[in-house]
Amino acid sequence: MSSLLLMAAGASRAVTADEFEGDPFQTHTWADMRRFFLGEGPVQFDSRVEVLGPAFAEDPMNVPITVSVTALDQVEQIVVLVDRNPIRKVLEYFPLSAAPSVAFRFKLEQASPVRAAARTRDGVWHVGGTWVDSGGGGCTAPTATRKDGTWPQTLGNVSARLFPNSPASGPVQGLSRLRIQVMHPMDTGLVGGIPAFYVNRLSVRDAHDREVLRLNAFEPVSENPVFSFDFPGVVAGGLRIVGSDNSGTRIQSRVE
Amino acid sequence: MTASRVHMGAVAYLLVFLWWLVPLPAAAATDNAPANADGHAPRVDATAFDYGLRARELAAGVFVVDGANADFAPASNGCNIINTGFITTGAGVIVINTGPSLRYGEQLRALIARTTTEPVVQVVHLNLHPDYFLGNQAFADVPRRATSLTQAGMQREAAGYANNLYRLCGDWMKGTEVLLPDTTISPGLWRVGTRVFELRELRGHTDSDLVLVDTASGVAFAGGLVFVNRIPTTPHAHIDVWLTSLSALVDPQIKVLVPSHGPVRGDTGGLEQTRRYLTWLDAAFRDAALHGLDMNELLRASVPAEFRDWAAFGTEYTRNVAHLYPRYELIPLRGSEVR
Repeated sequence: MSSLLLMAAGASRAVTADEFEGDPFQTHTWADMRRFFLGEGPVQFDSRVEVLGPAFAEDPMNVPITVSVTALDQVEQIVVLVDRNPIRKVLEYFPLSAAPSVAFRFKLEQASPVRAAARTRDGVWHVGGTWVDSGGGGCTAPTATRKDGTWPQTLGNVSARLFPNSPASGPVQGLSRLRIQVMHPMDTGLVGGIPAFYVNRLSVRDAHDREVLRLNAFEPVSENPVFSFDFPGVVAGGLRIVGSDNSGTRIQSRVE
Repeated sequence: MTASRVHMGAVAYLLVFLWWLVPLPAAAATDNAPANADGHAPRVDATAFDYGLRARELAAGVFVVDGANADFAPASNGCNIINTGFITTGAGVIVINTGPSLRYGEQLRALIARTTTEPVVQVVHLNLHPDYFLGNQAFADVPRRATSLTQAGMQREAAGYANNLYRLCGDWMKGTEVLLPDTTISPGLWRVGTRVFELRELRGHTDSDLVLVDTASGVAFAGGLVFVNRIPTTPHAHIDVWLTSLSALVDPQIKVLVPSHGPVRGDTGGLEQTRRYLTWLDAAFRDAALHGLDMNELLRASVPAEFRDWAAFGTEYTRNVAHLYPRYELIPLRGSEVR
């Protein structure tokens, strides 16, 4: 079964004789993407890496994706990659003490696999994905607040809410959920005359100033992004949200 | 927020508590559009690009041209999912919407010529959506009328519409180019020949939803405000405004409501259907937002069986979520309503 195919670095071609390296989507881009973004470590396609999206992108500027790797233990990092986007890396998520799941929206340039690679503590990358169809144009069209010029009025504003019972809570494990919106045009740099301008780092800290999650965002994340994160149990004492964009704008907020 | 809205939300909360834990059946993820139940759907010939349009007389001289009750599907319906219409007046024919393509416009015009000896004198567009005006090239010789808001909206969106329909519908679109309306129409009484029409400009499905009432017969072309057995389309919708407009259509003068999408019945039943759906949608999306659901969780949450059985559920509901949920999900984050 392809999802159990384990590749050792260097020997993969000889062992599998599969130019797609076991990729269930069989894109010719995967082998290069794997080397470039995941390095030479072991990689396996794994159905426990759940990537949820719509079958088609009604709004290619805002394609909702939910990644959940709660079936795997000791997930240290999640990378979201989109084969056919001009900028393939959407975000990197370090769950730290949060649950290994994240929801967001991103800009999709054309129909493509959307993949999540989760690195466990043993160094293995577990890869899952979903296919999203699209009419195209998400990355190379100006965003709404860029078009109407209103983005400076709200730049860096944060709205957030803690939900004590996350909809992702299981029958055994209770989760709480943080939903957060950061106002930002998230320019890709691919629209003529508008340089790349995007939130590149978000960090959430608890009441003891311990970092509980960290997210590195890239150009494809949607304008005014909304993120969902889950935490085991109840979050006491509120959370602090800090971050920045690629030109140094500081993002700071608190949620109780 | 009105008192009734609060009450409705509370009831909905009780009814749908933990509803998102119920997974959708797998079949719901694909389009399960049923055939047009009333048997008026046209028989399409995809090799000849023939939409198979037929005129059905709802009242003396008042004709509807039924489309399929489905989503755009080139093989099965040629992307003809709209009910257009035409009305004889003694002083020429008024055409209501021109369909999704040049081919449709031409075939509609030929159908009118086969049906009546009166010439076409005017075209009326009820809103800005693509299958209301992409057949316009076949009506280049007559005034094509829409409200000023609809004209502006068409101008803004037309290029995107044409691109999208070419992608979805392929050769059915061949030769189609955007020809915008050229004359403004305003609400009020409108006399043409022996007819007295009442034009009402409502809103909510789009920013300008024109309803044309033939006052003699009580037949009203309701445009996109009313859907029958079909999930409503919402790219330009404001639910609260739309619900108010539906109330305005409850009127003893109106005996037959012709929806743009879904089977045309000899009554006004589509109005209550549409109201039920929009009311449910508003309460369910509000509730989902208050429980912290993200868009993918909402897409997979349960939907009442009545609505799941409507045409185009698999695709149109996904679009409803994409269009509308971003406004709802911000309510608990910002602590206020979001327009």
